[in-house]
Amino acid sequence: MIQNDTYYTKEHEWLKVDGDEATVGITDHAQEALGDITFVDLPKIGMKVNAHDSLLVIESVKAASDVYAPVGGTVCAVNEALGSAPELVNQASQGDGWICKFRPFDAAALAGLMTAEQYRAFLAEH
Amino acid sequence: MTALPRKTPLYDAHVRSGARMVDFSGWFMPVQYDGIIAEHHRTRTDVTMFDTCHMGRFWITGPMAREGLDRLLTTDVNAMQNGQCKYGFLLREDGGILDDLITYRVHAERWLLVVNAGTQDRDRDWIRDRLPPGVRFEDASVRMGKIDVQGPHALPRVASVLGVDASRLGYFRFMEFDCGGEAIVSRTGYTGEKGVELYVAAARIPEVWERFEKAGVKPAGLGARDTLRLEAGLPLYGHELSEAITPVEAAMDRFSAKTRPYVGSEAVKRRRGQGAAMLLAGFRIEGRQAARAGQAVMAGGRRAGTVTSGSFSPTLQAVIGFAFVEPSLALPGTRVQVDTGRNLLDAVVVKLPFYKAG
Repeated sequence: MIQNDTYYTKEHEWLKVDGDEATVGITDHAQEALGDITFVDLPKIGMKVNAHDSLLVIESVKAASDVYAPVGGTVCAVNEALGSAPELVNQASQGDGWICKFRPFDAAALAGLMTAEQYRAFLAEH
Repeated sequence: MTALPRKTPLYDAHVRSGARMVDFSGWFMPVQYDGIIAEHHRTRTDVTMFDTCHMGRFWITGPMAREGLDRLLTTDVNAMQNGQCKYGFLLREDGGILDDLITYRVHAERWLLVVNAGTQDRDRDWIRDRLPPGVRFEDASVRMGKIDVQGPHALPRVASVLGVDASRLGYFRFMEFDCGGEAIVSRTGYTGEKGVELYVAAARIPEVWERFEKAGVKPAGLGARDTLRLEAGLPLYGHELSEAITPVEAAMDRFSAKTRPYVGSEAVKRRRGQGAAMLLAGFRIEGRQAARAGQAVMAGGRRAGTVTSGSFSPTLQAVIGFAFVEPSLALPGTRVQVDTGRNLLDAVVVKLPFYKAG
């Protein structure tokens, strides 16, 4: 489930770079911990965020949790399918359950994120 | 004070099933097994079972048992027949709700009280100290276990697994049966579905649970129990009910309408006369973003109440909840808003229950 071409945060977000665009979601570990996801409060297209800003809120049956921006950027696309099918995040957190895309984004900040290997080690420790 | 949560006789079974365990009112309890929504739907369409061993069970026996309970509970115990259960409240003198509970009448001199997990220690002291002399009080919470089997297929499954036909019992009726020792089955529950609550010797509980598992009955956790009871419009002590309110504010005065005096009856009568400053009401929000306990209810741009429970409803595919609101807003059809801290959600006050089994 942890993909090698993807960056990870300690808050269990992932970010995948594709040219000048970056796709953001939550990790399998995060969706597992949240349980059944009932609502994804998608950010507005055009929203500018700094790294660690609250990007959106995900609700499960029991609670609401913040998702933070892994790096700074501007939201250029959101996964509209989550509006009626938020369970996609449970089913494929790093596939069809992606949340939004950034363009542009702060590529220099990628160095501060974890690689797949580092994230695996981080999960093992926590 | 930090004490390790207590374990029910089914703790090992839950861990084996891969349940996510949490500390609930001082007990290690399963919040979910394969997922709250799956467990919720399974209860609505098929059958599930719940570990409810954490709840309190008290036997009240003796010639003056009925008189003692009549004085302590809002429940009209004098109107009860053998084999009947009734919902009611335990109140303080000032009418504050100490607990909501179900009273079982085996016969005039033998009664069972079933109370909430988090309140059972306080209830035990409160009741024991106030029973008339000669009435025996036994806390059977450890000796007796409890499993709820709920869902449209619950009754035939209970019949095939335990050989007891609960389908001949009316709603809120119970009978004793033999389950390798004394046992009780009642047509009650906390889900709004058909089903039973089973009281069996604690030592036999793991075996009974396993027999249901082998018959294909899957367990459901506290997460589904909460969404199910919410849809059924049932209050949860600590959320909708507390010492800070009387049954009048809870809009449940029909359960405290007994004309004979009981502990708290004068206070309830006064409150009834004055009218409540806040009333409990159900609300519905279209969409998926949930209102949660503690959030403000707004009307005309000002605060007019507080949410006590709120969740996405898996059955209704909308958000439902309870809130204390100003009495003028408690009428079904009234439009209010809930301030989630991020935005205002349009809510409408609706009649309870939110969901009724077909």
